[in-house]
Amino acid sequence: MNMIEGHVAFDPAPGIPVWDIDPYDAAILRDPFPYYAGLRERGPLVYIPRYSVLAAGQYDTTREIFSDHERFVSSRGVGLNDFRHGTPWRKPSIILEVDPPDHARTRKVMARALSPKAIAAFRETFRETAETLVDQVLAKGRIEAVAELAEAFPTTVFPRAVGMTDSDPRRLVDYGAMVFNAMGPDNALRRDAMARQADIVPWITAACGRARLTGEGLGAIIYAAADAGEITEDEAGMLVRSFLSAGVDTTVTGIGNMLWCLSQNPAEYDRLKHDPALIRPAIEEMLRFTSPVHTFARTADRQTTVAGLPIPEGAKIICVLGAANSDPQKWGDPERYRVDRRPQGHMGFGAGIHGCVGQNIARAEIEALLTAMIARVDRIEPAGAAVWRPGNAIRSLDRLPLTFVAS
Amino acid sequence: MTTITFITPDGARHDIDARDGQSVMQAALAADLDGIIGECGGSMMCATCHCYDDEGRTGPRSDGEDEMLESAACEVTPQSRLSCQIKVSAEMEGLVIRLPQSQL
Repeated sequence: MNMIEGHVAFDPAPGIPVWDIDPYDAAILRDPFPYYAGLRERGPLVYIPRYSVLAAGQYDTTREIFSDHERFVSSRGVGLNDFRHGTPWRKPSIILEVDPPDHARTRKVMARALSPKAIAAFRETFRETAETLVDQVLAKGRIEAVAELAEAFPTTVFPRAVGMTDSDPRRLVDYGAMVFNAMGPDNALRRDAMARQADIVPWITAACGRARLTGEGLGAIIYAAADAGEITEDEAGMLVRSFLSAGVDTTVTGIGNMLWCLSQNPAEYDRLKHDPALIRPAIEEMLRFTSPVHTFARTADRQTTVAGLPIPEGAKIICVLGAANSDPQKWGDPERYRVDRRPQGHMGFGAGIHGCVGQNIARAEIEALLTAMIARVDRIEPAGAAVWRPGNAIRSLDRLPLTFVAS
Repeated sequence: MTTITFITPDGARHDIDARDGQSVMQAALAADLDGIIGECGGSMMCATCHCYDDEGRTGPRSDGEDEMLESAACEVTPQSRLSCQIKVSAEMEGLVIRLPQSQL
């Protein structure tokens, strides 16, 4: 068996275009839009020889593959490694990297903890933290927004929401980077992120234990499900780990990308100031426009066809969410950031049964910050070049110098 | 195509052609019907596609739907469904779906 990047290599069926490109090249990850366009132009599926994967970038195809959990499974990993043929770097997630019927049981517990009703309980603390932080930022005027806002806000509110008794912002952010970079090939990004494994993983594992959590918060809801016999004690720890894997780095990215969108489009920020009802749609449009999670994979669990093209069993398919979210066939003018677009059907939080379970808390965090901003901040202006940070699954900013001008 | 009639809070009736296999939520959004938001896009995470199936024609709720309905903005009754969980089929021809006063 010829293995490439931890999965079985295969040849594409005739009719599938072959494109010798490295989607995980740092330069492409920094500015992925020409690659997204190239993918969509070549067809519904493209074969990338160096990784022996299929890539989907047209909206309809990407959506079809990403939401069909029967043909395209997650249990074999949502990165390039096929868990059927190798040992994953960590014990697979029991919500992300699992299929029905097992998935329904754990998803239900997580959905309970993260439902709109449950998240409403955090509204007041999110508001207070956002107002304090925005006042601090205004006092400085000029900031580096990735560290001082995008990281500062979630690393303050999220550990508290989970009920962590002690927190370590750096390790939390870097653990997310590790989890998401591990979904790519064995490149420098993945290796660099993994180099911190020995330092971070034991801390994370310990932080997920019942004794390290307060009796209130998201963690307590998960352990209550263990007490009720819905899940085991070990599974509860694994689900708390999912909060820490997917709840920090992602939201940091979302906030950074949000600030970038508004600083680049001052007229759109003005519209928010005049009509706060546009805040929620502005968040959806940021998700579509910047695709914080740009690529996740699925594995064909059977021989099948998509768009009339044959796919062999075991094929890894990278679903390029960033390409789907910028497909002109679907969006008309995808290159414009418009707060009133209301981009129903965007893939920013995925789709189907694996659609982001934390989307309500993510929206609530960003909404709290924007609400505090529009009341206090007249303008957000770039104060230097924004620098993107290459990531195998996440597209986030590395540096975002901004000037905040008070109202 | 299957025709579904939506009754909006103002009492107006809207006949919409839905594709089999689509969800009732997707059919409503594709027709630009006000009254369904579907913020999460159908992942059963937001309860903003709440509706009432007064005739009880859409089958049992999905696993987890009861709990997510607890987050609905309006009163939840035994007829309440999340429209993202109702898959349109030919047997649903003439289905009547009533929408709540509000989704937020």
